[in-house]
Amino acid sequence: MTSSVTARDWDAQTELTPAQTVGPYLGIGLPWPDGPFVIDEGTPGGIWLRGRVTDGAGDPVPDGLIETWQADPQGRFDHPDDPRGPVAGFRGFGRCPTDETGGYAIYTHKPGPVPGPGGHVQAPHVDVSVFARGLLHRVVTRIYFPDEVEANAADPVLAGVPDARRGTLIAIAEPDGYRFDIRLQGEHETVFFAV
Amino acid sequence: MPEPSPVPAGRPDRLLLPSYRRDDAAAHPPLLSPGYKSTVLRAPAQPLVLLPQTLTEITGPVLGEGRVTDADADLTHGSDGEAQGQRIVVHGQVRDSDGRPVPHTLVEVWQANAGGRYLHKLDQHDVPLDPHFTGVGRAMTDSLGRYRFVTIKPGAYPWRNHFNAWRPAHIHFSLFGRAFTQRLVTQMYFPDDPLFAYDPVLNSIPDPAARQRLISSFDLENTVEEWALGFRFDIVLRGRDATPMEEQS
Repeated sequence: MTSSVTARDWDAQTELTPAQTVGPYLGIGLPWPDGPFVIDEGTPGGIWLRGRVTDGAGDPVPDGLIETWQADPQGRFDHPDDPRGPVAGFRGFGRCPTDETGGYAIYTHKPGPVPGPGGHVQAPHVDVSVFARGLLHRVVTRIYFPDEVEANAADPVLAGVPDARRGTLIAIAEPDGYRFDIRLQGEHETVFFAV
Repeated sequence: MPEPSPVPAGRPDRLLLPSYRRDDAAAHPPLLSPGYKSTVLRAPAQPLVLLPQTLTEITGPVLGEGRVTDADADLTHGSDGEAQGQRIVVHGQVRDSDGRPVPHTLVEVWQANAGGRYLHKLDQHDVPLDPHFTGVGRAMTDSLGRYRFVTIKPGAYPWRNHFNAWRPAHIHFSLFGRAFTQRLVTQMYFPDDPLFAYDPVLNSIPDPAARQRLISSFDLENTVEEWALGFRFDIVLRGRDATPMEEQS
Protein backbone atom coordinates (compact mmCIF):
# COMPACT_ATOMS: atom_id res chain seq x y z
CA MET A 1 0.00 0.00 0.00
CA THR A 2 2.98 2.28 0.21
CA SER A 3 2.60 3.44 -3.37
CA SER A 4 -0.97 4.64 -2.94
CA VAL A 5 -1.74 8.25 -2.13
CA THR A 6 -4.25 9.88 0.14
CA ALA A 7 -5.71 13.33 0.59
CA ARG A 8 -3.01 14.06 3.15
CA ASP A 9 -0.48 14.09 0.31
CA TRP A 10 -2.15 17.03 -1.46
CA ASP A 11 0.56 19.50 -0.59
CA ALA A 12 3.40 17.05 -0.43
CA GLN A 13 5.65 18.38 -3.13
CA THR A 14 6.23 21.65 -4.93
CA GLU A 15 9.12 20.76 -7.18
CA LEU A 16 8.61 21.61 -10.83
CA THR A 17 7.18 19.04 -13.19
CA PRO A 18 9.73 18.48 -15.96
CA ALA A 19 8.83 18.94 -19.62
CA GLN A 20 8.68 16.14 -22.16
CA THR A 21 8.36 16.15 -25.92
CA VAL A 22 4.98 16.34 -27.63
CA GLY A 23 6.14 13.37 -29.72
CA PRO A 24 5.13 12.72 -33.32
CA TYR A 25 1.39 12.42 -32.74
CA LEU A 26 0.56 15.80 -31.18
CA GLY A 27 -1.70 16.30 -34.18
CA ILE A 28 -4.47 14.27 -32.56
CA GLY A 29 -4.45 16.22 -29.31
CA LEU A 30 -3.41 19.84 -29.68
CA PRO A 31 -4.82 21.48 -32.80
CA TRP A 32 -8.09 23.38 -32.45
CA PRO A 33 -10.27 23.93 -35.53
CA ASP A 34 -10.12 27.68 -34.95
CA GLY A 35 -6.56 27.61 -33.65
CA PRO A 36 -4.96 29.52 -36.54
CA PHE A 37 -7.57 32.26 -36.29
CA VAL A 38 -6.71 34.64 -33.50
CA ILE A 39 -9.39 36.80 -35.11
CA ASP A 40 -12.19 35.66 -37.39
CA GLU A 41 -11.13 35.07 -40.97
CA GLY A 42 -11.78 38.18 -43.02
CA THR A 43 -11.72 40.60 -40.09
CA PRO A 44 -10.71 43.98 -41.54
CA GLY A 45 -7.10 44.82 -40.79
CA GLY A 46 -6.13 41.21 -40.21
CA ILE A 47 -2.73 39.91 -41.27
CA TRP A 48 -1.33 36.47 -41.99
CA LEU A 49 1.80 35.37 -40.17
CA ARG A 50 3.27 32.56 -42.22
CA GLY A 51 6.48 30.62 -42.14
CA ARG A 52 8.28 27.31 -42.28
CA VAL A 53 9.95 25.41 -39.51
CA THR A 54 13.16 23.64 -40.56
CA ASP A 55 15.77 21.52 -38.78
CA GLY A 56 19.55 21.54 -38.73
CA ALA A 57 19.71 19.83 -42.13
CA GLY A 58 17.36 22.41 -43.63
CA ASP A 59 14.59 19.83 -43.85
CA PRO A 60 11.02 20.74 -42.97
CA VAL A 61 9.62 19.90 -39.55
CA PRO A 62 6.24 18.46 -40.57
CA ASP A 63 5.19 17.27 -37.12
CA GLY A 64 5.45 20.46 -35.11
CA LEU A 65 3.08 23.04 -33.66
CA ILE A 66 3.38 26.81 -33.41
CA GLU A 67 1.66 28.82 -30.69
CA THR A 68 1.51 32.62 -30.67
CA TRP A 69 0.71 35.06 -27.86
CA GLN A 70 0.46 38.80 -28.37
CA ALA A 71 -1.09 42.12 -27.42
CA ASP A 72 -3.95 43.70 -29.34
CA PRO A 73 -3.37 46.63 -31.73
CA GLN A 74 -3.42 48.98 -28.71
CA GLY A 75 -0.79 46.95 -26.90
CA ARG A 76 -3.24 45.53 -24.35
CA PHE A 77 -3.87 42.01 -23.11
CA ASP A 78 -7.16 40.36 -22.22
CA HIS A 79 -5.67 39.07 -18.99
CA PRO A 80 -6.25 39.83 -15.29
CA ASP A 81 -2.54 40.51 -14.71
CA ASP A 82 -2.38 43.40 -17.16
CA PRO A 83 -2.19 46.18 -14.54
CA ARG A 84 -3.87 48.62 -16.91
CA GLY A 85 -6.94 46.37 -16.73
CA PRO A 86 -7.88 43.53 -19.05
CA VAL A 87 -9.33 44.42 -22.42
CA ALA A 88 -11.94 41.85 -23.28
CA GLY A 89 -12.47 40.40 -26.71
CA PHE A 90 -9.04 39.78 -28.18
CA ARG A 91 -7.98 36.18 -27.63
CA GLY A 92 -4.36 36.95 -28.44
CA PHE A 93 -3.58 33.25 -28.86
CA GLY A 94 -2.96 31.33 -32.06
CA ARG A 95 -2.10 27.70 -32.60
CA CYS A 96 -1.24 25.96 -35.85
CA PRO A 97 0.27 22.54 -36.57
CA THR A 98 2.97 22.48 -39.23
CA ASP A 99 2.15 20.81 -42.56
CA GLU A 100 4.29 18.48 -44.68
CA THR A 101 6.42 21.45 -45.79
CA GLY A 102 6.94 22.61 -42.21
CA GLY A 103 4.56 25.49 -42.92
CA TYR A 104 2.23 27.27 -40.54
CA ALA A 105 -0.14 30.23 -40.86
CA ILE A 106 -1.82 32.39 -38.20
CA TYR A 107 -4.43 35.05 -38.94
CA THR A 108 -4.34 37.91 -36.45
CA HIS A 109 -4.00 41.63 -35.86
CA LYS A 110 -0.60 43.22 -35.80
CA PRO A 111 0.09 43.98 -32.13
CA GLY A 112 0.74 47.46 -30.77
CA PRO A 113 3.75 48.51 -28.71
CA VAL A 114 3.86 47.12 -25.17
CA PRO A 115 5.40 48.59 -22.00
CA GLY A 116 8.76 47.04 -21.26
CA PRO A 117 11.49 46.87 -18.64
CA GLY A 118 12.67 50.04 -16.98
CA GLY A 119 10.12 52.27 -18.66
CA HIS A 120 11.24 51.36 -22.17
CA VAL A 121 8.58 50.68 -24.76
CA GLN A 122 8.78 47.36 -26.52
CA ALA A 123 8.38 47.30 -30.27
CA PRO A 124 5.36 45.37 -31.53
CA HIS A 125 6.11 41.67 -31.17
CA VAL A 126 4.51 38.24 -30.99
CA ASP A 127 5.75 35.59 -28.57
CA VAL A 128 6.08 32.18 -30.19
CA SER A 129 6.35 28.67 -28.73
CA VAL A 130 7.51 25.83 -30.96
CA PHE A 131 6.68 22.22 -30.11
CA ALA A 132 7.77 19.15 -32.07
CA ARG A 133 8.99 15.61 -31.91
CA GLY A 134 12.63 15.93 -30.93
CA LEU A 135 12.05 19.03 -28.82
CA LEU A 136 12.09 17.85 -25.22
CA HIS A 137 10.82 21.26 -24.13
CA ARG A 138 9.16 24.00 -26.14
CA VAL A 139 11.50 26.59 -27.64
CA VAL A 140 10.47 30.24 -27.48
CA THR A 141 11.14 33.04 -29.93
CA ARG A 142 9.63 36.41 -30.87
CA ILE A 143 8.36 37.82 -34.14
CA TYR A 144 9.22 41.49 -34.77
CA PHE A 145 8.05 43.53 -37.75
CA PRO A 146 10.18 44.96 -40.58
CA ASP A 147 8.13 48.16 -40.84
CA GLU A 148 8.96 49.16 -37.23
CA VAL A 149 12.56 50.17 -37.78
CA GLU A 150 12.64 52.92 -35.14
CA ALA A 151 10.73 50.93 -32.55
CA ASN A 152 12.89 47.87 -33.18
CA ALA A 153 16.03 49.96 -32.72
CA ALA A 154 14.77 51.03 -29.29
CA ASP A 155 13.45 47.63 -28.22
CA PRO A 156 15.07 46.40 -25.00
CA VAL A 157 14.76 42.72 -25.90
CA LEU A 158 16.23 43.10 -29.38
CA ALA A 159 19.03 45.13 -27.82
CA GLY A 160 19.99 42.07 -25.78
CA VAL A 161 20.39 39.89 -28.85
CA PRO A 162 23.80 39.67 -30.59
CA ASP A 163 23.88 41.98 -33.64
CA ALA A 164 24.65 39.20 -36.07
CA ARG A 165 21.61 37.18 -35.02
CA ARG A 166 19.03 39.94 -34.51
CA GLY A 167 17.77 39.64 -38.06
CA THR A 168 16.40 36.15 -37.38
CA LEU A 169 13.72 37.79 -35.24
CA ILE A 170 12.48 40.23 -37.90
CA ALA A 171 9.70 39.00 -40.16
CA ILE A 172 9.61 39.70 -43.90
CA ALA A 173 6.76 41.75 -45.37
CA GLU A 174 4.36 39.97 -47.70
CA PRO A 175 1.31 41.31 -49.55
CA ASP A 176 -1.19 40.04 -46.95
CA GLY A 177 1.02 39.91 -43.87
CA TYR A 178 4.46 38.70 -42.90
CA ARG A 179 6.74 35.70 -43.29
CA PHE A 180 8.66 34.39 -40.30
CA ASP A 181 10.69 31.23 -40.88
CA ILE A 182 11.97 29.32 -37.88
CA ARG A 183 15.33 27.53 -38.21
CA LEU A 184 15.74 25.28 -35.21
CA GLN A 185 19.44 24.70 -35.77
CA GLY A 186 22.34 25.50 -38.08
CA GLU A 187 22.95 28.37 -40.47
CA HIS A 188 20.85 31.43 -39.60
CA GLU A 189 19.52 29.59 -36.56
CA THR A 190 16.62 31.53 -35.07
CA VAL A 191 17.28 33.21 -31.74
CA PHE A 192 15.51 31.31 -28.98
CA PHE A 193 14.91 32.71 -25.53
CA ALA A 194 15.03 31.42 -21.99
CA VAL A 195 11.83 32.66 -20.36
CA MET B 1 -15.04 57.97 -18.40
CA PRO B 2 -12.34 58.73 -20.96
CA GLU B 3 -11.39 56.04 -23.41
CA PRO B 4 -8.27 54.10 -22.39
CA SER B 5 -5.32 55.94 -23.82
CA PRO B 6 -3.10 54.09 -26.25
CA VAL B 7 0.04 52.49 -24.91
CA PRO B 8 2.36 53.70 -23.59
CA ALA B 9 -0.19 55.00 -21.12
CA GLY B 10 0.89 57.16 -18.21
CA ARG B 11 3.99 55.76 -16.59
CA PRO B 12 4.79 52.34 -17.96
CA ASP B 13 7.84 52.27 -15.72
CA ARG B 14 5.52 52.15 -12.74
CA LEU B 15 3.55 49.10 -13.80
CA LEU B 16 3.49 46.55 -11.03
CA LEU B 17 3.86 43.10 -12.48
CA PRO B 18 4.09 39.65 -10.95
CA SER B 19 7.29 37.86 -11.81
CA TYR B 20 7.79 34.15 -12.25
CA ARG B 21 10.78 32.36 -10.86
CA ARG B 22 13.18 31.12 -13.48
CA ASP B 23 13.42 27.35 -13.72
CA ASP B 24 16.55 25.69 -12.45
CA ALA B 25 18.70 24.55 -15.33
CA ALA B 26 18.25 20.99 -14.12
CA ALA B 27 14.48 21.16 -13.90
CA HIS B 28 13.93 20.16 -17.52
CA PRO B 29 15.69 17.86 -19.95
CA PRO B 30 18.48 19.42 -22.02
CA LEU B 31 17.25 20.07 -25.54
CA LEU B 32 20.12 18.06 -26.97
CA SER B 33 19.80 14.52 -25.63
CA PRO B 34 21.47 12.30 -28.25
CA GLY B 35 19.97 9.10 -26.85
CA TYR B 36 16.70 10.47 -28.22
CA LYS B 37 17.80 10.69 -31.84
CA SER B 38 15.27 13.25 -33.03
CA THR B 39 16.89 15.87 -30.80
CA VAL B 40 20.16 15.81 -32.78
CA LEU B 41 18.95 17.91 -35.72
CA ARG B 42 16.21 19.78 -33.90
CA ALA B 43 17.80 21.08 -30.70
CA PRO B 44 19.05 24.66 -31.15
CA ALA B 45 22.85 24.75 -31.09
CA GLN B 46 23.19 28.38 -30.00
CA PRO B 47 22.72 29.32 -26.34
CA LEU B 48 19.30 30.62 -25.35
CA VAL B 49 19.08 34.40 -24.83
CA LEU B 50 17.62 35.45 -21.48
CA LEU B 51 14.24 37.09 -22.06
CA PRO B 52 13.17 39.66 -19.48
CA GLN B 53 9.67 38.87 -18.18
CA THR B 54 7.58 41.65 -19.64
CA LEU B 55 3.84 42.13 -19.84
CA THR B 56 3.82 39.72 -22.77
CA GLU B 57 5.31 36.92 -20.71
CA ILE B 58 3.47 37.43 -17.42
CA THR B 59 0.17 37.28 -19.24
CA GLY B 60 -0.96 34.34 -21.36
CA PRO B 61 -3.88 32.70 -23.04
CA VAL B 62 -6.84 32.11 -20.75
CA LEU B 63 -8.58 29.39 -22.70
CA GLY B 64 -11.10 26.68 -22.25
CA GLU B 65 -14.10 28.19 -20.48
CA GLY B 66 -17.03 27.68 -22.77
CA ARG B 67 -15.20 25.39 -25.17
CA VAL B 68 -14.69 22.34 -22.97
CA THR B 69 -17.61 20.14 -21.91
CA ASP B 70 -17.75 17.57 -19.12
CA ALA B 71 -17.86 14.85 -21.79
CA ASP B 72 -14.41 15.89 -23.00
CA ALA B 73 -12.91 14.47 -19.79
CA ASP B 74 -14.26 10.97 -20.50
CA LEU B 75 -12.18 9.28 -23.21
CA THR B 76 -13.91 5.91 -22.85
CA HIS B 77 -17.11 6.71 -24.72
CA GLY B 78 -16.46 6.95 -28.43
CA SER B 79 -19.06 6.98 -31.15
CA ASP B 80 -21.71 4.35 -30.38
CA GLY B 81 -19.69 2.37 -27.92
CA GLU B 82 -17.17 1.94 -25.18
CA ALA B 83 -13.43 1.86 -25.67
CA GLN B 84 -11.59 -1.40 -25.09
CA GLY B 85 -8.98 -1.91 -22.44
CA GLN B 86 -8.42 -1.27 -18.78
CA ARG B 87 -10.57 1.64 -17.61
CA ILE B 88 -8.70 4.09 -15.35
CA VAL B 89 -9.30 7.35 -13.52
CA VAL B 90 -6.45 9.83 -13.85
CA HIS B 91 -6.65 12.83 -11.58
CA GLY B 92 -4.49 15.30 -9.77
CA GLN B 93 -3.93 18.86 -8.72
CA VAL B 94 -2.17 21.57 -10.68
CA ARG B 95 -0.23 23.91 -8.44
CA ASP B 96 2.62 26.32 -8.77
CA SER B 97 5.95 25.85 -7.03
CA ASP B 98 4.75 28.05 -4.19
CA GLY B 99 2.02 25.52 -3.51
CA ARG B 100 -0.78 27.68 -4.85
CA PRO B 101 -3.46 25.84 -6.83
CA VAL B 102 -3.79 26.86 -10.48
CA PRO B 103 -7.57 27.09 -10.91
CA HIS B 104 -9.66 27.19 -14.08
CA THR B 105 -6.85 26.32 -16.43
CA LEU B 106 -7.08 24.11 -19.49
CA VAL B 107 -5.57 20.61 -19.34
CA GLU B 108 -5.30 18.73 -22.63
CA VAL B 109 -4.33 15.05 -22.94
CA TRP B 110 -3.67 12.65 -25.77
CA GLN B 111 -2.53 9.05 -25.77
CA ALA B 112 -2.31 5.68 -27.51
CA ASN B 113 -5.06 3.09 -27.16
CA ALA B 114 -4.90 -0.06 -25.04
CA GLY B 115 -2.84 -1.81 -27.70
CA GLY B 116 -0.31 1.00 -27.94
CA ARG B 117 -1.49 2.70 -31.16
CA TYR B 118 -2.42 6.33 -31.76
CA LEU B 119 -5.31 7.35 -33.96
CA HIS B 120 -2.87 9.06 -36.33
CA LYS B 121 -2.19 8.31 -39.95
CA LEU B 122 1.54 8.00 -39.36
CA ASP B 123 1.15 5.43 -36.60
CA GLN B 124 1.21 2.08 -38.39
CA HIS B 125 1.99 -0.08 -35.37
CA ASP B 126 0.55 -3.50 -36.11
CA VAL B 127 -2.20 -3.57 -33.50
CA PRO B 128 -5.86 -2.74 -34.07
CA LEU B 129 -7.31 0.72 -33.83
CA ASP B 130 -10.28 0.98 -31.49
CA PRO B 131 -13.31 2.54 -33.23
CA HIS B 132 -14.51 3.82 -29.87
CA PHE B 133 -11.30 5.48 -28.73
CA THR B 134 -9.83 8.70 -30.07
CA GLY B 135 -7.33 9.12 -27.25
CA VAL B 136 -8.00 12.85 -26.89
CA GLY B 137 -9.36 14.60 -23.79
CA ARG B 138 -9.72 18.06 -22.30
CA ALA B 139 -10.68 19.38 -18.90
CA MET B 140 -10.59 22.55 -16.87
CA THR B 141 -9.09 22.53 -13.39
CA ASP B 142 -11.60 23.44 -10.68
CA SER B 143 -11.25 26.23 -8.11
CA LEU B 144 -8.62 24.16 -6.26
CA GLY B 145 -6.64 23.32 -9.38
CA ARG B 146 -7.96 19.75 -9.58
CA TYR B 147 -8.64 17.83 -12.77
CA ARG B 148 -9.99 14.36 -13.50
CA PHE B 149 -10.10 12.19 -16.61
CA VAL B 150 -11.64 8.77 -17.22
CA THR B 151 -9.68 6.91 -19.86
CA ILE B 152 -8.11 3.61 -20.92
CA LYS B 153 -4.65 2.60 -19.80
CA PRO B 154 -2.47 3.11 -22.88
CA GLY B 155 -0.23 0.32 -24.13
CA ALA B 156 3.51 0.47 -24.64
CA TYR B 157 4.58 0.81 -28.26
CA PRO B 158 7.67 0.37 -30.43
CA TRP B 159 9.24 3.51 -31.91
CA ARG B 160 12.42 2.61 -33.84
CA ASN B 161 14.67 5.06 -31.97
CA HIS B 162 17.09 2.16 -31.48
CA PHE B 163 16.94 -1.61 -31.72
CA ASN B 164 13.87 -2.99 -29.94
CA ALA B 165 12.92 0.46 -28.62
CA TRP B 166 9.59 0.61 -26.76
CA ARG B 167 8.09 3.64 -25.07
CA PRO B 168 6.74 3.02 -21.58
CA ALA B 169 2.99 3.58 -21.36
CA HIS B 170 2.31 7.30 -21.04
CA ILE B 171 -0.29 10.03 -21.43
CA HIS B 172 0.69 13.38 -22.97
CA PHE B 173 -0.34 16.42 -20.93
CA SER B 174 -0.52 20.06 -22.04
CA LEU B 175 -1.03 22.94 -19.58
CA PHE B 176 -1.25 26.70 -19.90
CA GLY B 177 -1.25 27.95 -16.33
CA ARG B 178 -2.05 31.65 -16.22
CA ALA B 179 1.02 33.08 -17.92
CA PHE B 180 3.13 32.48 -21.00
CA THR B 181 5.99 31.64 -18.66
CA GLN B 182 4.04 28.71 -17.19
CA ARG B 183 3.27 26.84 -20.41
CA LEU B 184 4.16 23.17 -20.03
CA VAL B 185 3.85 20.04 -22.13
CA THR B 186 4.86 16.80 -20.46
CA GLN B 187 4.09 13.09 -20.17
CA MET B 188 2.60 11.07 -17.33
CA TYR B 189 3.89 7.55 -16.74
CA PHE B 190 2.53 4.61 -14.74
CA PRO B 191 4.13 3.12 -11.62
CA ASP B 192 6.66 0.31 -11.85
CA ASP B 193 6.95 0.17 -15.64
CA PRO B 194 9.82 -2.19 -16.59
CA LEU B 195 10.59 0.00 -19.62
CA PHE B 196 11.69 3.05 -17.61
CA ALA B 197 15.34 2.04 -17.59
CA TYR B 198 15.42 1.79 -21.38
CA ASP B 199 13.55 4.97 -22.33
CA PRO B 200 15.72 7.87 -23.55
CA VAL B 201 12.80 10.31 -23.38
CA LEU B 202 12.15 9.85 -19.66
CA ASN B 203 15.88 9.49 -18.99
CA SER B 204 16.63 12.75 -20.79
CA ILE B 205 15.77 14.33 -17.43
CA PRO B 206 19.11 14.25 -15.63
CA ASP B 207 17.81 14.27 -12.05
CA PRO B 208 16.31 10.91 -10.98
CA ALA B 209 14.06 12.68 -8.46
CA ALA B 210 12.68 14.91 -11.22
CA ARG B 211 12.01 11.84 -13.38
CA GLN B 212 10.07 10.37 -10.52
CA ARG B 213 7.72 13.37 -10.60
CA LEU B 214 6.42 12.22 -13.98
CA ILE B 215 5.39 8.82 -12.63
CA SER B 216 1.84 8.72 -11.37
CA SER B 217 0.86 6.95 -8.16
CA PHE B 218 -1.65 4.17 -7.83
CA ASP B 219 -4.52 5.72 -5.90
CA LEU B 220 -6.78 3.33 -4.04
CA GLU B 221 -8.98 6.15 -2.74
CA ASN B 222 -9.87 7.11 -6.29
CA THR B 223 -10.16 3.56 -7.50
CA VAL B 224 -13.85 2.91 -8.17
CA GLU B 225 -15.13 -0.45 -6.99
CA GLU B 226 -15.83 -2.87 -9.82
CA TRP B 227 -15.21 -0.16 -12.39
CA ALA B 228 -11.79 1.52 -12.70
CA LEU B 229 -8.31 1.81 -11.17
CA GLY B 230 -7.25 5.25 -9.96
CA PHE B 231 -3.97 7.00 -10.67
CA ARG B 232 -2.87 10.34 -9.34
CA PHE B 233 -0.63 12.76 -11.22
CA ASP B 234 0.02 16.14 -9.63
CA ILE B 235 1.58 18.83 -11.77
CA VAL B 236 3.69 21.75 -10.56
CA LEU B 237 4.16 24.83 -12.74
CA ARG B 238 6.67 27.54 -11.92
CA GLY B 239 5.70 29.82 -9.08
CA ARG B 240 5.37 33.56 -8.73
CA ASP B 241 7.35 35.70 -6.39
CA ALA B 242 5.32 36.48 -3.30
CA THR B 243 4.97 40.18 -3.93
CA PRO B 244 4.59 42.03 -7.20
CA MET B 245 7.77 43.63 -8.45
CA GLU B 246 8.11 46.97 -10.11
CA GLU B 247 9.17 46.06 -13.58
CA GLN B 248 12.84 46.64 -14.14
CA SER B 249 15.32 45.36 -16.61
